[in-house]
Amino acid sequence: MNPLDWTIAEALDALAARQISAVELTQAHLSAIRALNPRLNAFITETPDLALEQARAADAARAAGSAPSLSGIPLAIKDLFCTEGVRTTAGSKILEPFIPPYDSTVTAQLKAAGAITLGKANLDEFAMGSSNITSAYGPVENPWQRADGKKLTPGGSSGGSAAAVAARIAMGATGTDTGGSIRQPASFTGIAGIKPTYGRCSRFGIVAFASSLDQAGPMARTVQDCAILLETMSGFDPRDSTSAERAVPDFRAACARGVKGLRIGIPAEYRVDGMDPTIEKLWQAGIDWLKSAGAIIVDISLPHTKYGLPVYYIVAPAEASSNLARYDGVRFGARVEGDDLIDLYERTRAAGFGAEVKRRVMIGTYVLSAGYYDAYYLRAQKIRALILRDFQMAFAQTTGVDAILTPTTPSAAFALGEKMDDPVTMYLNDVFTVPASLAGVPAMSIPAGLDPNGLPLGLQVIGRHFDEKTVFAVAGALEAASGFTALPALRGSAVR
Amino acid sequence: MSLDPATIRRIAKLARLRLADAEIPRLQGELNAILGYVEQLAAVDVTGVEPLSGGAQMALRLRDDVVTDGAMPERILANAPDRIDNFFAVPKVVE
Repeated sequence: MNPLDWTIAEALDALAARQISAVELTQAHLSAIRALNPRLNAFITETPDLALEQARAADAARAAGSAPSLSGIPLAIKDLFCTEGVRTTAGSKILEPFIPPYDSTVTAQLKAAGAITLGKANLDEFAMGSSNITSAYGPVENPWQRADGKKLTPGGSSGGSAAAVAARIAMGATGTDTGGSIRQPASFTGIAGIKPTYGRCSRFGIVAFASSLDQAGPMARTVQDCAILLETMSGFDPRDSTSAERAVPDFRAACARGVKGLRIGIPAEYRVDGMDPTIEKLWQAGIDWLKSAGAIIVDISLPHTKYGLPVYYIVAPAEASSNLARYDGVRFGARVEGDDLIDLYERTRAAGFGAEVKRRVMIGTYVLSAGYYDAYYLRAQKIRALILRDFQMAFAQTTGVDAILTPTTPSAAFALGEKMDDPVTMYLNDVFTVPASLAGVPAMSIPAGLDPNGLPLGLQVIGRHFDEKTVFAVAGALEAASGFTALPALRGSAVR
Repeated sequence: MSLDPATIRRIAKLARLRLADAEIPRLQGELNAILGYVEQLAAVDVTGVEPLSGGAQMALRLRDDVVTDGAMPERILANAPDRIDNFFAVPKVVE
């Protein structure tokens, strides 16, 4: 088997058995990146020298008998995580010159665990988008192909991370998810990805988009690999005021726990009008798989589901307009000179931000402005409370369900250029992923099948706050039952 | 609620974004489409509902009021577009 096709679990075993060195595994990935990244554009910044230096250190640590948990595993890091000494752009021109003097907590923990940094993965600008087309560094191409040969989007915002993992030019990746930015690209590229409970992974050092929603999580090719990565990425961090003071559970062990006796909720409101029959069929297949594995299927109602997207498109831009106020051309980032300070701010921000970021900053500024705050922002926060209450009632102890099963996305990956006529059409991509973000509950996408064009489709498992273990157990059962083995056309292991 | 060009200019001013006149009609159309989409929230009965500001299932922590870092001017200024000694430099603000 080509090492590029190994899972992280398999690679860790091979490294431990000295079948391969970290340097060899890293070099294999670096040459696959050289071959495929010019086309995929999955990385904004490649860090081959750093990767090889880390790989040599990993081999030395292993030789000394002290290899930490991810020693020698090559990863892509979404370019939203600050990395000490390595440029961090957030997909924006305004951060084009920014070299962080520190590491995010998540990347620091991955480095301490011996993971290798292959480079910084492309994303929608400031993680605002569902197709990667808003990146100032060009769109990412999905390694999967459709019969008509049109270039497809890998989804977004973690599109570079997803494409890199699916194309076997990284074994895993970090992503962030504000309204679906891990789960939707995972679904579009046939990989797994989990947005853990809000507070599970530290937000320290992650470029902020919407702070009450932003959450980091892993993307990988198997459920177990996601569990392995999440164990290292999560944990309490005093530098993030919303970081949860909770021990990190054994996520890996939960993956094979099974679903016998678990109550799985099927929310009626996710069966939207005009739903693609392929998606409906896949959802039914997921229900049948879980039932065969011993789960109890329960029809449930999440009555405020349809308000999730409109609430999100008030709350997220409001927080973004506040967070992005820091880009002033004074302390870091790009600057455009002006006649006075205000002129400098306005010119810097006009030149540095792309169209989608400007739209969201404008909407956010408006809904927070005097006279409109109550009608928009405050009302949205109240409906957000109702959405949380829907989930709390569904998950109520003794009478409620243990997890919820839904589709991840309303369609398979679309072509670059499609669905791009107006912002609202693009926003509809996130209809199934946004409610879990607003409620702060963990949610995972697992590849479950192919559409008639041969493109991957995901199912989403949503769990109780801080009960990622049950999410992994259900996801593991779905993964085993689906037998998803399809491979994308463009992949490192198929490069000659 | 529909935004007119004057309101678009006012929001851009608040957001510190320079807009060219030519950008305003497009932005006006897009922002009004988004506001039209979120209009459906007006139909929800929110009587007696407390607003939810975040996803965290906990009260925010307070930390001890002590100095935890400092004395690193070079690291802080390393990304400054312009600096004079240990200060960020900006156009003159006081005549």
